[in-house]
Amino acid sequence: MSVLRAANLRVELGNGDAIIDSVDLELQPGEILGLVGESGSGKTTTALSIFGYNAAPQKLTAGEIELAGKELRTKREFQQARGNLVSYVPQNPGTALNPALRIGDAVLDMVRERKKDQNASALLERVGLPPGREFARRYPHQLSGGQQQRVCIAASLAPNPAVLVLDEPTTGLDVVTQDRILKELLRLRDEEHVAMLYITHDLAVVAQIATQIAVMYAGHIVEQGPAAEILYRPRHPYTRGLMAATPDHLRPRALEAMPGTAVGVGERPPGCPFAPRCPQRQPHCERELPPPEQIDPRHYVRCYEWRNTPAVGWTAFVPKAPTAGATPLMTVEGLGAEYRTGGERVTAAKDVSFQVESHGCVALVGESGSGKTTIARAIAGLHAPSRGQILLDGERLEPLARKRTVKQRRRIQIVFQNPTEALNPRHSVADEIARPARLLRGLGGRAAAAEVERLLEAVRLPARIARRYPRELSGGERQRVAIARALAADPALLVCDEITSALDVSVQAVVLELLRELRREFGLSVIFISHDLGVVATIAEQVLVLNEGVICERGPTAEVLGSPQDPYTQRLLDAAPSLSAAISTSNAVAAG
Amino acid sequence: MSALSLPARRRRIRLPRAVAADWGGRIGAVLLAFILLVAILGPLFAPHDTTTPIGIPGAGPSSSAPFGLDFLGRDVLSRVLSGGRSTLLLGGAATALTYLVGITVGLVAGYARSIADPLLMRTVDVFLSFPALLVMLLFVTAFGGGPGVLVGAAAIVLFPGVARIVRTATLEASTRGYVEAAVARGERTANVLRREILPNIAPSIVADLGIRFSWSIILIASVNYLGLGLRPPTADWGLMVSENREIVSTNPLSLLAPAAILALLIIAVNLVGDAYVRQRARSGDLT
Repeated sequence: MSVLRAANLRVELGNGDAIIDSVDLELQPGEILGLVGESGSGKTTTALSIFGYNAAPQKLTAGEIELAGKELRTKREFQQARGNLVSYVPQNPGTALNPALRIGDAVLDMVRERKKDQNASALLERVGLPPGREFARRYPHQLSGGQQQRVCIAASLAPNPAVLVLDEPTTGLDVVTQDRILKELLRLRDEEHVAMLYITHDLAVVAQIATQIAVMYAGHIVEQGPAAEILYRPRHPYTRGLMAATPDHLRPRALEAMPGTAVGVGERPPGCPFAPRCPQRQPHCERELPPPEQIDPRHYVRCYEWRNTPAVGWTAFVPKAPTAGATPLMTVEGLGAEYRTGGERVTAAKDVSFQVESHGCVALVGESGSGKTTIARAIAGLHAPSRGQILLDGERLEPLARKRTVKQRRRIQIVFQNPTEALNPRHSVADEIARPARLLRGLGGRAAAAEVERLLEAVRLPARIARRYPRELSGGERQRVAIARALAADPALLVCDEITSALDVSVQAVVLELLRELRREFGLSVIFISHDLGVVATIAEQVLVLNEGVICERGPTAEVLGSPQDPYTQRLLDAAPSLSAAISTSNAVAAG
Repeated sequence: MSALSLPARRRRIRLPRAVAADWGGRIGAVLLAFILLVAILGPLFAPHDTTTPIGIPGAGPSSSAPFGLDFLGRDVLSRVLSGGRSTLLLGGAATALTYLVGITVGLVAGYARSIADPLLMRTVDVFLSFPALLVMLLFVTAFGGGPGVLVGAAAIVLFPGVARIVRTATLEASTRGYVEAAVARGERTANVLRREILPNIAPSIVADLGIRFSWSIILIASVNYLGLGLRPPTADWGLMVSENREIVSTNPLSLLAPAAILALLIIAVNLVGDAYVRQRARSGDLT
């Protein structure tokens, strides 16, 4: 018997536009259903409708929801189900826990009215947290992010719900922490038969833990079935596109970018919502939404042309510099950096030395707090290092940007992580891109305007975008404008600080592909900062692994990722989820 | 939300357009225009002289004086029609000066990341720790009750609040990527503040414009009431509210009429300011 059955769910906005439509989900005891989709696809809306918790103007207008064999209809039935039959683990544990409540009390809050005999320590122990009353008396701020998320999971498990819904529970955690949480969830599944609905944008994570996968696109579940089957042979072109765009550190390959962008609510075409981007599109795809077609006992695809979906390519690919005979462009020697927070001095980088060759790409890899961003800021002249020096073309750079020469400022450009904050909301795209060209290259009005047009073309954006403002652009478009702004200075070195970490995988693939083309076109050198080993494997020739401000391992990317020597690098690599590894293990399990 | 492609929408927001965007803004703008007209053209329509008594002090409304007479027997209507200029000019000038000083101090303190920040802010705290009226009186007794001194004293009382708000907003805004990009390309500090930071913190500054404007009018009026500011025969809305307090039982209109127009003025300024902030929020560029 299934513990969760949702049929034909439809959630509408006030104006009748559907956010999700005809969504069917089914979950058996001891299964993890991975609900995968990019931002705006309707994952969270689907999850909330299981709780009967769609906030106005959203409204569940059709569908049936059955939890543990009990159909929920009224508001009161949903209210009683929450916490008893189904409970929720939110994305950000830091804000989900009440900072004024001891964690033991937070966990017991979930059961207080029901059973008094449970004690908090036992509940915390259940998710692998230290036993004992002392630990239960701690406050959330005394725990690490991973421990906080475990507390959230313990609280959600406390009333023994039939279904646990986890909404991106490891997004924002380090890979090592993420790996531990995923292992804990697997243990809960296998030993305690907890059924889970696991929502994420990351296929590699889902591949590690899910038994079933449902892929959402534009409010529809486009493919659903056993994880091993879908990962081995995705049938919907969107599922395939997502897999081909997911970077993998064990099997580095060129990522395939899907053309176009996802459609928003209210702009969906009458037929298959994926049709405008689909390489297998036929005339009838644009007329009528394909019904879910059963291709195996539990495997459904919403696609007329699923038989023609090609397999995902796993051809190995090793990034290499476009031109050989490289000379050093930048040398970082014995760099040390500190910053102050709350009166305390924190060492962000200690004795960091490396070289960037012209046309080369060096990746700085490490977890949050490893000092990557501080090093990037020191190179860009935004943070004065406390020790060491940085040489550009053999010349020593002043620590702060405003003391450097115009030429030096022009040759080093930086692109930031967060696309929403990268562009000034009060400046048009044209103003934003023209500014560095005017200031650093002395271009006049007309020349600058021509340059804006050329650069928009270089980052594959239409010229009409020049008159727009950042709020009118998607995240991927904003990040491309930020890259164009950096290119407007005609740089030799581009410092990319986690530029794809806030983007969806399909958008990430587009930006990475763009970066590769720009390197070829403009002969750029790149310092690529990332926590994602898969991304690094597709872009960088050299990699430096940072651990608490110290470089612990360095070398050609393939060597470092293929046979890591340093224990920290090994730990990082073991913890990083890999799509290819998950596929081979799941098929080994399926076969034997 | 990379998956949602937003439709192309209107360009930059200018104040008049923002104000015309909703009913609150429109009503505010019409009210404001009306009060400005009264203040500018009112004296031309005043039926009586504003300084000579024409009857018994505190007399009620009559056909020749529809709002009655004030505490010295002068025509209230004439004084209301004539009293707007000094109120608006002094209040406006004090508000403008308040914002000029407050924004400058706040921007420098919030952006400096150096000893300038604590130095400036502790000075601001010292100003905040004195009662408003005491500071006003101190200045007026030291420098005389001229309009310049009144405006300056009111600005000194009011700028710390603006400086604090601007500093906080600046601190937050200066960590954003576009500010860092400007610093990395070597923009002058003045340019970073003017081009990158100021336009983005404007909504939080404008949000309480109305409150500060009314405060400056009230402050100046209270000094006038104590006989230390503007010389009493002058017609001034703020002054009228204060000086007619004693005859409020015999002719309430002598106090209510100037108070009502002051209230309308403050409501109008608030409506216009709020409409601007709302419009910025609606267009999604408040970050």
